Amino acid sequence: MRGEESAPAHAMPHMIERSLKELSAALAAREISSVELTGLYLERITRLNPEYNAFITVDPETSLAQARAADARIAAGNAGPLTGIPIAQKDIFCTEGWLTTCGSKILSNFVSPYDATVIRRMHEEAGLVCLGKTNMDEFAMGSSNETSFYGPVRNPWDVTRVPGGSSGGSAAAVAARLAPAATGTDTGGSIRQPAALCCITGLKPTYGLVSRYGMIAFASSLDQGGPMARSAEDCALLLASMTGFDAHDSTSLDRPREDYAGDLDRTLDGLTIGLPKEFFGEGCDPAVMAAVRTAIAQYEKLGARTVDVSLPNSHLSVPAYYVIAPAEASSNLSRFDGVRYGYRAPEYSDLNDMYAKTRAQGFGAEVKRRILIGAYVLSHGYYDAYYLQAQRIRRLIADDFAAAFKHCDVILGPTSPSPAFKLGAKAADPVQMYLSDIYTIAVNLAGLPALSAPCGFVSEGGTRLPVGLQLIGNYFSEARLLNVAHRYQQATDWHRQAPEGL
Amino acid sequence: MSLTLEQVRRIAHLARIEVSATEAEATVGHLNGIFQLIEAMQAVDTRGVEPMAHAQDLAQRLREDAVSEPDRRLAFQAIAPEIEAGLYLVPRVIE
Repeated sequence: MRGEESAPAHAMPHMIERSLKELSAALAAREISSVELTGLYLERITRLNPEYNAFITVDPETSLAQARAADARIAAGNAGPLTGIPIAQKDIFCTEGWLTTCGSKILSNFVSPYDATVIRRMHEEAGLVCLGKTNMDEFAMGSSNETSFYGPVRNPWDVTRVPGGSSGGSAAAVAARLAPAATGTDTGGSIRQPAALCCITGLKPTYGLVSRYGMIAFASSLDQGGPMARSAEDCALLLASMTGFDAHDSTSLDRPREDYAGDLDRTLDGLTIGLPKEFFGEGCDPAVMAAVRTAIAQYEKLGARTVDVSLPNSHLSVPAYYVIAPAEASSNLSRFDGVRYGYRAPEYSDLNDMYAKTRAQGFGAEVKRRILIGAYVLSHGYYDAYYLQAQRIRRLIADDFAAAFKHCDVILGPTSPSPAFKLGAKAADPVQMYLSDIYTIAVNLAGLPALSAPCGFVSEGGTRLPVGLQLIGNYFSEARLLNVAHRYQQATDWHRQAPEGL
Repeated sequence: MSLTLEQVRRIAHLARIEVSATEAEATVGHLNGIFQLIEAMQAVDTRGVEPMAHAQDLAQRLREDAVSEPDRRLAFQAIAPEIEAGLYLVPRVIE
C-alpha cells in the first residue's frame, strides 16, 4: 500500500476525514506518527464524548503506549497495512487490562485477564491502536443503546435520537469522527442497524469467520463480530485483520484467510441483484423506501440488473429469533453468578439468595426479560412447542435464502424500516423495539454475511437523518458484498456525509 | 397462551433472579406481549423439517489430549469477589 498516494499533503482531506488507506499512507510517509494520530482522536474523545456517550472506557496512557509501539514497528519497517491506525473496540470484546463491561452493571468491575482473539489479532498482530471501549446495549440486547448500564448513546446526527444498537457506541464514535473505525457484533442486526442510523458502513460476516473467543456471548449460534467504518474499503481492510481460524472457538471455520480488498474495483456489469418482495411491502417508512429505490436505480446505471425474489418465511424471523436468542442467552448468562468475577450483591442470606440478588441487581430489565423468556421456552413441556419449532422455522428461513440465491448474486433492501427514532420512543414497549430488526434478523438465523451502507437521507422536523441499504450475500461472499458496496460508494457520496458541527 | 404470575415467579426462580411483587406484575405484561409475537410460529406446519441448530454443518473438532493452556489461576482469581487459599468463597451450603 505504501507509495500509492502521490498527492501532496495539502491536497488531502483533514486527517479525521481520511480513509484507512489514506491514513496508512500518511503513517508510512511519516506525514503523521501514530502517537500524533492517536493523540488527535483522544483529544476529540475528551472534548466531544460527553455529548454522545459513545465510550465507556478510555485509557490514554495505554493507547499512547500502543501508538509508540506502532511507530517503532513502522520505523523498523515491519508494519502491516493497519499498523498505527487507532480504532475503537466494542465493550463486548475482552481486552486484557481494560475494563470490559458489556454495558452491564454485573461486569462493571470486570478488568479482563485475557484478550479476545479479535483483540489479539487487531492490536498485537495488525498493530492497530485501541482508542477505548465503546458503549453498547447491555449484553448486546437492544436496538437503541438505551439498555446500557452506562446510559444511552446519542446519535451524532441528532442528539435527541438513538444511534441504533446494540453497537451504537461504535457507530456514533465513527460517525462523530471520534475514531476512524470500530468493531461491532451482530446477533440480530447490531452492526447493520446502527450503521444505517449513523450513516456509516458495517459488515456482519458469515457465521464462523470471525472468532467468538473472548467475545462475551449473547446467542452463540448467531453472534458474529465485524467491522464498522466509513466506507466499504475501510471495512475490507479491517475485516482482513479480524478473520481467520481459531482453535479456541469450536465454531470457527478453518478456511484460508482472504484479501477482502483485492476485488473492490471489480465491475458490476452482469451483477444480478435480488429484490425480495417481502422487503418492499408495507411496514417500511416511505421516505426510507424512496432512498433505497434511488440506490437501486444507481446500481442499474452501474451495470447491475434486478430480479424479483421471495423470502416467504421472513415474517417468521422475528418470532423465531425471540425464542432462539433468549434460549441461548439464558444459558450463556447463567455464568454471571457473583462467584468468580463481576458484581456480587452486598447482602444475602445463603447461596441461592446470593445468586438471585446478584443477578437481580446486576442485570437490567431487558436482559432479565430475555433470560426469563429463554428459561421458559427451554423448560420441561415447552421445549418442543417453542425451541424446536423455532429451529425448524430457522431451517425454512435459511432455505428461502438458498432458493433466492439461485436467481441472484446479492439481495438488496432497506436495513431498518425507519430512520433513527427519538430517545425513549420505544423504550417502554419491547415488541416495538424488536420490530426495528425485521430486515436484519433473518440473515443471522441463516448465518449469512450482510452489510449496511449509507444510501441517502430523510428529513424529519428539519433534521437530516441517514438511511442505510442492506446487501445480503451467500455464504463467504464478503469480498463480493464489499465490492458491490464500494462501486456504489465510488459513484455516490452518501458515505462521505458528516453530521454538522464536527 | 398467556403466562400467569405464578409461572413468572417459577421461571424467575429457575433463572435465579429475584423479582419483587411489583416487578413480577410488570414482567407478566411484558412477557405476554413478547409471547404474542412469538405465537405467529405456531400456525406454521413444520412437519418433516429438520431443526437447524447452527448455520454451518460442523462436526465437533477433536484435539490432542495435551496441556494447551498455561496456569493463570492468580490472574483469574485476582478479579474474584472473594477468595481464600486459591479457592472461591461462597456462603456455606453444608452445615
